[in-house]
Amino acid sequence: MFSLEGITTNVQDWLLMKFNPTMALAIECVIVILLSISLFALLGLVLVLMERKVAAHIQIRLGPNRVGPGGMFQTVADTLKLIMKEGLVPDKADKFLFNLAPFVVMMVGMLLLAPIAFAKNFQIWDISIGVLYISSVSSLSVIGILMAGWASNNKYSLIGAMRSGAQIVSYELSAGFAVLTIVVLTGSLQISEIVNAQQNGWWIFKGHIPAVIAFVLYIIAVTAETNRAPFDLAEAESELTAGFHTEYSGMRFALFFLAEYINIFIVCAIGATLFFGGWMPLHIGNWEAFNHLMDYIPSSVWFMGKTFFLIFLIMWFRWTFPRLRVDQLLNLEWKYLLPISLFNLLLVAVIAILGWHF
Amino acid sequence: MYNQTEIIKDTSELGADGELVINMGPQHPATHGVLHLVVTLNGETIKKIEPHLGYIHRSIEKMCESLTYRQFIYVTSRMDYLSSHINNLGCALLIEKGMQIEVPDRAKYIRVILSELTRIASHELWLGAMAMDLGAFTPFFYAFREREMITDIMEDTCGARLTMNYIVPGGLMYDLHPDFQKKVKAFITQFKSKVTEYEDLVTNNIIFQSRTKGVGILSAEDAISYGCTGPVARASGVSCDIRKIYPYEVYDKVEFDEVLETAGDSFARYMVRVKEMNQSIRIIEQLIDNIPEGDFVGKTKNVLKLPKGEFYTRVETARGEFGVYVVSEGGTTPHRIKFRSPGFSNLSVLNHISVGSMIGDLMASMGTLDLVIPDIDR
Amino acid sequence: MFLKEYITDVVTGVISLLKGMRKTGYYFTHPKEIITEQYPDNRATLLMSDRFKGEVVMPHDANNEHTCTGCTACELACPNGTIKVVTKFETSPEGKKKKAIDALVYRLELCTMCNLCIVACPSDAIKMAPNFEHSVFDRTKLTKVLNQPGSKIRKGIE
Repeated sequence: MFSLEGITTNVQDWLLMKFNPTMALAIECVIVILLSISLFALLGLVLVLMERKVAAHIQIRLGPNRVGPGGMFQTVADTLKLIMKEGLVPDKADKFLFNLAPFVVMMVGMLLLAPIAFAKNFQIWDISIGVLYISSVSSLSVIGILMAGWASNNKYSLIGAMRSGAQIVSYELSAGFAVLTIVVLTGSLQISEIVNAQQNGWWIFKGHIPAVIAFVLYIIAVTAETNRAPFDLAEAESELTAGFHTEYSGMRFALFFLAEYINIFIVCAIGATLFFGGWMPLHIGNWEAFNHLMDYIPSSVWFMGKTFFLIFLIMWFRWTFPRLRVDQLLNLEWKYLLPISLFNLLLVAVIAILGWHF
Repeated sequence: MYNQTEIIKDTSELGADGELVINMGPQHPATHGVLHLVVTLNGETIKKIEPHLGYIHRSIEKMCESLTYRQFIYVTSRMDYLSSHINNLGCALLIEKGMQIEVPDRAKYIRVILSELTRIASHELWLGAMAMDLGAFTPFFYAFREREMITDIMEDTCGARLTMNYIVPGGLMYDLHPDFQKKVKAFITQFKSKVTEYEDLVTNNIIFQSRTKGVGILSAEDAISYGCTGPVARASGVSCDIRKIYPYEVYDKVEFDEVLETAGDSFARYMVRVKEMNQSIRIIEQLIDNIPEGDFVGKTKNVLKLPKGEFYTRVETARGEFGVYVVSEGGTTPHRIKFRSPGFSNLSVLNHISVGSMIGDLMASMGTLDLVIPDIDR
Repeated sequence: MFLKEYITDVVTGVISLLKGMRKTGYYFTHPKEIITEQYPDNRATLLMSDRFKGEVVMPHDANNEHTCTGCTACELACPNGTIKVVTKFETSPEGKKKKAIDALVYRLELCTMCNLCIVACPSDAIKMAPNFEHSVFDRTKLTKVLNQPGSKIRKGIE
């Protein structure tokens, strides 16, 4: 059976054999950095293509189909074009912040990669406060967006950035509460423990209706947090042309674009970990034969499958719904999502205390 | 008005009380063309909107003065290009009225059917573009699928998809395509089966409703005083359908309802257009099987000369009342010509209905006013 | 009461959103509904309507003869000076001088495809062709002479 766990242990054993432990750790760090950067590049290419294909099929058209078989290399060609394009900086822009902003947004995405369990025992950093770490770091991306909006010296960018600030700060709350419901059920903040607690069933099934509500709230909140339609007010194409990245071009624009998709991947990965058991295969009660069969599918495939299902869901939203207005966006959060999630948290607490979950 | 440097000065500096002046357009995704709106904002709230026109001015009226009465019809297709057929019809009606040309019944029927098809095509495009303004991209493609069938019918019969120029004084340029009736019926069935899609995706969608209901309210009095016509005025409860008030061609023989809404907000304007599409289908259904046989063009002189005097006709385009006013000195070309385009008056209410609302509301109001910029600017 | 309204609000909202998602989901899972035409690839099978107004052409028969008398009706009918008829005098074998066209110059870049010239033509010498791929790298190539070199007017056309 294919397993990523074996590879990592082998690599570590070999490194410890050759070098002293400090050196081995340093080399491992370099490997991890290289791997995460390549994962970023790969994800960017795959997700952009996926978005375009999903959009095309929903909109009764074919989507990219010229470069490579079925248009597979379209995004590669686009990236090459963006790399070669001149990166313009507006005349009166704050050059330092303008150049820094895309990297800040990227950096946040990279930091969020750390606690995600990609497969069984395949995790960069199994920090004991994993969930807390995620919710605290993910709110940092607003700094990059505000920076971009301010530094561009463009009114559209400024409005977009301000909208984005208000939006991310408020939706952080209900995303946090949705995550908390699972923490209450599990009793731990550590990602690996949360996954292990779902060995006999995923939380979305085990947690009764509150878990389903929490999942719906989570999906809505993270769609807003990643600035995706119907909450893409920071970009709001028909209102603000391109919002906070109006003035960006070339590779700097590509970084923003990439960061958007990386963020989607990360929030979906976290959603899959919390509600769908991460890399844990589908187990149903005591159907031994079925459970055994499911175990044969590698854990990395399970994780990726769930994540991409959630990504598809978010893309489906984008290509179906109109955009909300900025006051309606905040109304939705403060008048609907927040009260519901507070009530839901209470419900989950009751369930957890009485032990009603499976 | 402003000179160039004043515009730049006016829009690049912060105004009083934290006002933010932004230029929407002439290149902006929501203005659908080269409309330039100078929007004064207070945060997200709109304080003032000033439309600047002239980016696509082609002086069509002056151009028409040098063209003969046969030639000037085709230029009007370039004004409101989405209802070009109806524009052409308005001009042809004026010449027929002025010269007392008898138009055969067959031509009249076909003209009405094609006018209604044009109206549906225009509303379909508007529906898609309007949904896109509000951020929903997908309905655009669904609307275009149905619109494509109409453009195919137009291509078969008139030889062009957008600027048909199928109408000549006295009738039509040539006869119907043999497949016309079959294709129109196929379109009607397709349209009826797909209407629910727009309801699911757009009309009943909670986000769409909350974006449009109560947004950009135009009262009936204001609609009249600003000279609004067409769906914009009818959404405010002003009965102004030229097809009902001054029936031309065979509109007095067909049964259809003038769609009226009373709310006057963006959603009412949306509903008026959606219901109008169904009324147009109703008109076409009544006429399509009853096209009389006979000539498709009446007898006209080779050189048309309008008698000395002033002439005015109006038709109901997809956007409202389109008027043609011609002063003739008795020659082969008009002495002075003036088009009353619906878009210009409809645009003028934009400031009135958007003050105090948000940037997002501006998209909804502007989308439901259904602006075609070449129609405004001519 | 307030709570009831609140809950119905949420439920109806969610239902309306799900309905929309069902519609888009239907199209996503039914690739047969795709309406895209693969334009440059389907050139061979592309059916243009026979009335499509693409450009003005002058049909010639097998003997390289056309029916244009050079009456300049098309030139007069054209609203924007697209057509210019250049005439010459030909001497027939009987010694009679006869007017004929030297060149019918057609400037495609000015043409608006209004069809007025075709309607005006008394001898059906010109017609609209459904060609629409007119892009060229040199603007002068858009100025065309419609009558083929060495072509003559068909006998019996006056």
